[in-house]
Amino acid sequence: MLAFVLRRLASAVPTLFIVVTISFFLMRFAPGGPFNLERPLPPATMENIMRTYQLDQPLWRQYVTYITNAVQGDFGPSYIYKDNSVAELIGKGLPYSMELGLYALLLALIGGVTLGTIAALRQNSLLDFSIMSLATVGTTIPNFVVGPVLTLIFAIVLSMLPAGGWGDGSLRFLLLPMIALALPQLAVFARLTRGSMIEALHADHIRTARAYGLPPRIVVITHAMRGALLPVVSYLAPCAAALMTGSAVVETIFTIPGIGRYFVLGALNRDYTLVMGTVVLIAIFVIVFNLVVDLIYGLLDPRVRHD
Amino acid sequence: MTGTDENILSIRDLKVNFSTPDGMVNAVKGIGFDIKAGETLAVVGESGSGKSQTMMGIMGLLAKNGAVTGSAKYRGKELVGLPKSELNKVRGAKITMIFQEPMTSLDPLYTIGRQIAEPILYHRGGTRSEARKRVLELLELVGIPDPARRIDSYPHELSGGQRQRVMIAMALANEPDVLIADEPTTALDVTIQAQILNLLRSLQERFGMAIVLITHDLGIVRHFAERVVVMRRGEVVEQGTTEQIFENPTSSYTRMLIDAEPHGRKAPPADDAPIILEGRDVTVDFQIGKGLFSKGPKTFRAVDGVTVRLHEGQTIGVVGESGSGKSTLGRALLRLLPSDGAYRFGKQDISRHDRRQMRSLRKEMQLVFQDPYGSLSPRQTVGEVITEGLLVHEPGLSKADRDRRAIAALQEVGLDPAARNRYPHEFSGGQRQRIAIARAMILKPRVVILDEPTSALDRSVQGQVIDLLRKLQADHNLSYVFISHDLSVVKAISDYVIVMKNGEIVEQGETDAIFEAPKADYTKALIGAAFSV
Repeated sequence: MLAFVLRRLASAVPTLFIVVTISFFLMRFAPGGPFNLERPLPPATMENIMRTYQLDQPLWRQYVTYITNAVQGDFGPSYIYKDNSVAELIGKGLPYSMELGLYALLLALIGGVTLGTIAALRQNSLLDFSIMSLATVGTTIPNFVVGPVLTLIFAIVLSMLPAGGWGDGSLRFLLLPMIALALPQLAVFARLTRGSMIEALHADHIRTARAYGLPPRIVVITHAMRGALLPVVSYLAPCAAALMTGSAVVETIFTIPGIGRYFVLGALNRDYTLVMGTVVLIAIFVIVFNLVVDLIYGLLDPRVRHD
Repeated sequence: MTGTDENILSIRDLKVNFSTPDGMVNAVKGIGFDIKAGETLAVVGESGSGKSQTMMGIMGLLAKNGAVTGSAKYRGKELVGLPKSELNKVRGAKITMIFQEPMTSLDPLYTIGRQIAEPILYHRGGTRSEARKRVLELLELVGIPDPARRIDSYPHELSGGQRQRVMIAMALANEPDVLIADEPTTALDVTIQAQILNLLRSLQERFGMAIVLITHDLGIVRHFAERVVVMRRGEVVEQGTTEQIFENPTSSYTRMLIDAEPHGRKAPPADDAPIILEGRDVTVDFQIGKGLFSKGPKTFRAVDGVTVRLHEGQTIGVVGESGSGKSTLGRALLRLLPSDGAYRFGKQDISRHDRRQMRSLRKEMQLVFQDPYGSLSPRQTVGEVITEGLLVHEPGLSKADRDRRAIAALQEVGLDPAARNRYPHEFSGGQRQRIAIARAMILKPRVVILDEPTSALDRSVQGQVIDLLRKLQADHNLSYVFISHDLSVVKAISDYVIVMKNGEIVEQGETDAIFEAPKADYTKALIGAAFSV
């Protein structure tokens, strides 16, 4: 098992390298640059800035410099947030995004699996249709609509919860952004669970369990659910990576000091280093969570144990 | 053991209905029979006869759209309409079941020990360690080697036969009065079939439970059952002792079932018939497991240095159990997968032919698969399916010409030419296999590789397909390689037989020699198992 983990981490290195290389050149081929403002700078100033940030050098040399520094943990200065290095910016915002994302993930997972299971057990009933309609609504309404509506109802009309900000980090502050963030994922989990649960309930070994008079509790939870969770677990990795690296929309609406907005702002402002930093971070999250999910998979399914 | 006269399970006017979008389907239409304590009763019928659904209905295991009415009394207690919580006291304890697919009937995610223990704990109570002791006894009883180690195995770590033994252990755990065995050996190799049936018989002698054997295989019935119920289209056609049924069947349907065993022999090819297809030292390796950081590829040798010489007009039967390499050999002979060896088609050396060179020969060498459901595209009409090959191999034909050829091909395989405008799902299994044969025949091939072409079919339909294949062979001087695990079918169609095991030829020879005087122990075991169960 340790060997499996090490092998997977080793194969992550070339993956990361490819991701970094592709995004480095894609960013540079996008028109404009970090210092192209609406009113052009005087050429002398521009030249000066370009030299300071080594942007006047040939692209391949910039690339080599970037890789060399990145390997040593130096992701460079942000071109827009001038007083901060990229590492500092991410280091400051990441804990907020991760904490909020983790709560949202738990809410989506527990809520989605529960609703999906209920829908599957009552397949084609009114309850099933209601849950699945809600799930459709959950996936189709974007969170820039859900966020403000939640704020309107719970913060402004009912005055129950604060409208935004991290506050003391208590549930009062986090509940609304958490729901806004979790809702679309909850809907996906509900759909996935329903589908795989319906399939699992038709499996031959479920017929065996019923034929042997086992009570419904054991048939459903012990036998059907464990198999049904396998596809759900597979979705966990991309979902966790997406939620825990922050959402630009939700963090902006609820003024959460996370890192979600850096990706969007970085890309819009051609803040090359900031975008690269975020890309590397997301790639690492995806790789790590995929590994975690594969390990969970091995625990759930003896047929794929890693040794 | 012979049954007493006590009726342990009495079925009266039992009906099973399914509500479907096309209306109500009456799967079982008011049938009645009794199961006596300690007897072996066979319920026989072809697919769709309702034999399984009868038992599923009684056990409360019907699909959601199914409903059961009528009466099924276990020791005087009515089971039909019983609430699930009450029914759960009977099923798994007093009446138990084993199923056709031991592969999927066990939960892949739990150890077999835990799965056998579950019904013990639920019906009898007691602690986990007591249950574990009982499971060890049961595994010993059903002949699982090294039970102390195997008890913590997962189903995928066992062979098909061992899994069925595990199911039997589970069925015996609570000492039932009735054991329902739904096609218990259909998914198993012949030698394993015999072992499982003998195990059931010896366990019955020891514990005295009644066995209800649901099967389509009359060979098993004849050797195993005391009484027989014959079902057709949801009705009981006939019932009586095994002897009565086989010696003096009163219904014509039963007569037809008994006569459906493949019989007759094929006329031998001319002595000087030239070789049409030859594969010398055919060897096929499959690569298994190769990752970025793993230590080089591992290979698995599926076929190991096998030589086959097929003469014009000849049929070579290739027999063997699953995993013996017989299907792989068939594909290698057609050069459909990478393989080593020297290949000749007629006078042509095709050992070094690439895909493009092979394409011109494909017309002459056709393949018919086992599964008539999976091998026909559901989105093409039958006409499109069977003329597709003509588009590739005879692109000059006009649409009208292709249609004429389709009509001729369908007539040749005994189907109504109007079939070409319909879709495969509208046909039965036997008809689909005829369509698959028409698809091969329309190209006027010289060699046809038939890979288990009758295995998915009912016995009575098998016989018809065999007759058809023999007729086509005689009319067109075709050469067949007939791959099958079913020895009675092979006997009826082959001139020459190759017995394979683990990728190698165990024995080969003229059909009569192989069946009447087998030399290898493995061949003897295969033949013994196939004709004596």
